[in-house]
Amino acid sequence: MTATITPPAGPVQRGAEATYDYLDQRLGLSALLKTNVRKIFPDHWSFMLGEIALYSFIVVLLTGTFLTFFYKPSVTEIIYDGSYLPLRGIPMSEAYASTLNISFDIRGGLLMRQIHHWAALFFVAAISVHMFRVFFTGAFRKPREFNWLIGVSLLVLALLAGFAGYSLPDDLLSGTGLRIAAGIMQSIPVVGTWLVFLAFEGEFPGTAFIPRLYTIHVLLVPGLILALITAHLILVFYQKHTQYPGKGRTNTNVVGYPLLPVYVAKAGGFFFIVFGVLTLISALVTINPIWLYGPYMPDQVTAGSQPDWYIGFLEGALRMMPAWELLIFGYPISLNVLVPALILPGLIFTLIALYPFIEAWVTGDRREHHLLDRPRNAATRTALGVMGLTFYVVLFINGGNDVIATTFDLSINSITWAMRILLILGPWAAFVVTKRICLGLQRRDRDLLLHGRETGRILRLPSGEFVEVHEPVSEERAAILMARQDVRPLPLPPATDADGVRTPGLWHRRVRSRLSQWWYRDDIPAVTPAELAAAQSHIRHELAAAESMGVLPHEPELSEALSRH
Amino acid sequence: MTGRTLRRQPWAAPALLLLTLIGVGALVAAIDAGTQPATASGAPSQTQVAKGSALFAEGCASCHGPAGEGTTDGPSLIGVGAASVDFQVTTGRMPLAAPNVQAMRKPPSYDREETLALAAYVAALGPGPAIPSGSVVDEWRDASVAKGGELFRVNCAQCHNFAGRGGALSDGRYAPSLMSSTPLEIYEAMLTGPQSMPVFADTSLPPESKAEIIAYIENLKQEPNPGGLDLGRFGPVTEGLFLWTAGMGALVAAAIWIGARVR
Ligand code: HEC
Ligand code: HEC
Ligand code: HEM
Repeated sequence: MTATITPPAGPVQRGAEATYDYLDQRLGLSALLKTNVRKIFPDHWSFMLGEIALYSFIVVLLTGTFLTFFYKPSVTEIIYDGSYLPLRGIPMSEAYASTLNISFDIRGGLLMRQIHHWAALFFVAAISVHMFRVFFTGAFRKPREFNWLIGVSLLVLALLAGFAGYSLPDDLLSGTGLRIAAGIMQSIPVVGTWLVFLAFEGEFPGTAFIPRLYTIHVLLVPGLILALITAHLILVFYQKHTQYPGKGRTNTNVVGYPLLPVYVAKAGGFFFIVFGVLTLISALVTINPIWLYGPYMPDQVTAGSQPDWYIGFLEGALRMMPAWELLIFGYPISLNVLVPALILPGLIFTLIALYPFIEAWVTGDRREHHLLDRPRNAATRTALGVMGLTFYVVLFINGGNDVIATTFDLSINSITWAMRILLILGPWAAFVVTKRICLGLQRRDRDLLLHGRETGRILRLPSGEFVEVHEPVSEERAAILMARQDVRPLPLPPATDADGVRTPGLWHRRVRSRLSQWWYRDDIPAVTPAELAAAQSHIRHELAAAESMGVLPHEPELSEALSRH
Repeated sequence: MTGRTLRRQPWAAPALLLLTLIGVGALVAAIDAGTQPATASGAPSQTQVAKGSALFAEGCASCHGPAGEGTTDGPSLIGVGAASVDFQVTTGRMPLAAPNVQAMRKPPSYDREETLALAAYVAALGPGPAIPSGSVVDEWRDASVAKGGELFRVNCAQCHNFAGRGGALSDGRYAPSLMSSTPLEIYEAMLTGPQSMPVFADTSLPPESKAEIIAYIENLKQEPNPGGLDLGRFGPVTEGLFLWTAGMGALVAAAIWIGARVR
């Protein structure tokens, strides 16, 4: 960019310039690009998790389009006569037969199916990991709450898209999944049976549902996802990306690389890596071998009937729930389905969506945050996150209890009981342990700042005492460690004000203040700049004294490190 | 049924020996057993029953009682038939090593001759399903795999999984993988319904259907995987496991690599 010698323009460059000019005069590209192309983005690998989600979604769209050319969303019964011999002559729906055709008679079809399915699984996995990154670093805080909400909607839509897609081939597993879905709808009090009739246009399975699911799967849900991803990325762009604390990074600047060329090059390269890994896995590892499952028949079911992983937590909840049923006015209320399959996910997703607002309410924090938290520095949030994660993982594991039972020679009943107990105790244990670990790390950070880094060198003082030489931590490190600030919990409100008037909303403010004190209760006091300065001058004096006494040989490297502080 | 296909079976020689021993009348009865569970009482040779009796007293009577009448440690064997003994002993389930929720498949403790002697002895205790003849079992070679698949999904998949890889039942019981079962064992399992498996009598599942099911299982054993590694054919659970270990592992490693590659 600072080059002064311009080589004579070759034909390629002349062509490029002409094209650019042509476009610029019509679209006004220059003005648009000038402001945006040099926009700075901070850099960290964990910021690429959202990109994995984005790229797998693109791969899903591309391969899905290919599949629509050959898939037939119809449950009309036909006799299969394709090239997969073990199913020849068997009656099945056109949906299933066309999926077999894609797998065995369309060139590249099986690979496309496998890429589509693997990419869908990666999509949801990447969304989840990305969400945890955003959660544990506090990136959802003001002003990014709306983007968090968009994210939660994307997560729910992704689950919906996946479930709809899983049900389309009309194989034995997808049919079993739909039957469970119908059962869940049916469990809704009062309107359940009616809802099933509406969705399936009659009794399950009927002929209407698969064509309807198809429209939802290829049109409605991807359209919504696309629109929301666009909104999501526009918000990231205009609100600017957050950054981790570090030297020279503040709440009001962004330290990183320009969108062009660095960020675009990286992102483009990463797209091809994701696409490549997905294709490689799909070429080597079978997914959803529907030809082995056979066509869906209502009288058939197979051991190992499972949903894809992202529905696994619901499957686990269903398998865990005791068979309770209520009778209200003579109507049975199937708690055993209603609670795990509707109430529980409803609660989980509502809690996730509201979390940023709940935390802001408890902490009373109304500031804007563009610097991320290191998870240890928000000990209570981190512990709550691990608590939720534990709850989810226990449900998830129980979803595969049958496979675990056969693989490890255990009783499925004892696994289920162990998981029930773990579901209740595990999250609390996870909370306590995580909080302890975070506080331990906070304490270590404080020690590092105040006492310096242990160098491993032992000195013998003239008094005969042995001491270890400490060295102040580097400036870069100190900037990261100093990022934590003490926050004062909300004080308890006075019962009455100066004039003896009862404080309005007293109860509500008391609860909030108690929660806020609980939130910050055990935090290790953060190091103040004054403390840091004092501590460093102390370390320096000690070293200087040791040097002057001749105990410590003069080391230019060390004194240089010292004088920098 | 030709002699050539018969000879391919590892158990053909001893079976032939037995067949000659029990004579033409018994042969007819044994083939008949395919259509109606016959009493294998077709007069097995005295020496064979005597040998079986001795083996039984030594290895089985402690649990099943001196005359097979059953004890607290093992059920009565009167009327279980030769097929049941043959299945239990060739799959190594009997003699039971230690009381457990379920007898495990293990290498057999008796050779073919001894097994047949034990079977002859138990068959003599009371009428029960006989060992199906080689020709009846071998019918799977010409049977329809596709029909067998359908029958398998209706009758067997709910316990043994869609690809015969096994599955969990309640209270620590399980339906084992069928990938190492021989056609004769599969046939006998259907005839006798070991433990929590139901009996598939010829009245409800005729011999042609049994042959089709065996054909399907044999096909499963050697069918290649067009999609690549099969991850054990357990369905979405192992797929999810692969995703969260190798799959996401690779992508996150790539993200870290690119993230570190600045400028
Ligand atoms: C340690 C005790 C024990 C010994 C020794 C033992 N069995 Fe058993 N046997 C059992 C039990 C218990 C069962 C029921 C097993 C089950 O249901 O899984 C059984 C079941 C059987 C059955 C199946 C019965 C049916 O209903 O179809 C047969 C056949 C059998 N045993 C034969 C034998 C023979 C032959 C021997 C000797 C080689 C033998 N057993 C040795 C305990 C024993
Ligand atoms: C209700 C569940 C159930 C059904 C249905 C069922 N089985 Fe089984 N099967 C079992 C169990 C349990 C065992 C193990 C018995 C034991 O260990 O004593 C078994 C054992 C077997 C074995 C012996 C495997 C070995 O390890 O030696 C074969 C073969 C078999 N089954 C075939 C079939 C076939 C073929 C069908 C369908 C026609 C079928 N089963 C249906 C539960 C079932
Ligand atoms: C279709 C699914 C999604 C896609 C494609 C996606 C994509 C992205 C991308 C590319 C970024 C910028 C890079 C990064 O920080 O990783 C981002 C940021 C963000 N995402 Fe997502 N995301 C998705 C789902 C979610 C979900 C489920 C949540 C939370 C519930 C979420 C919340 C956020 C937030 C708050 C930011 C701003 C982060 C910051 O500035 O530090 N997103 N998203």
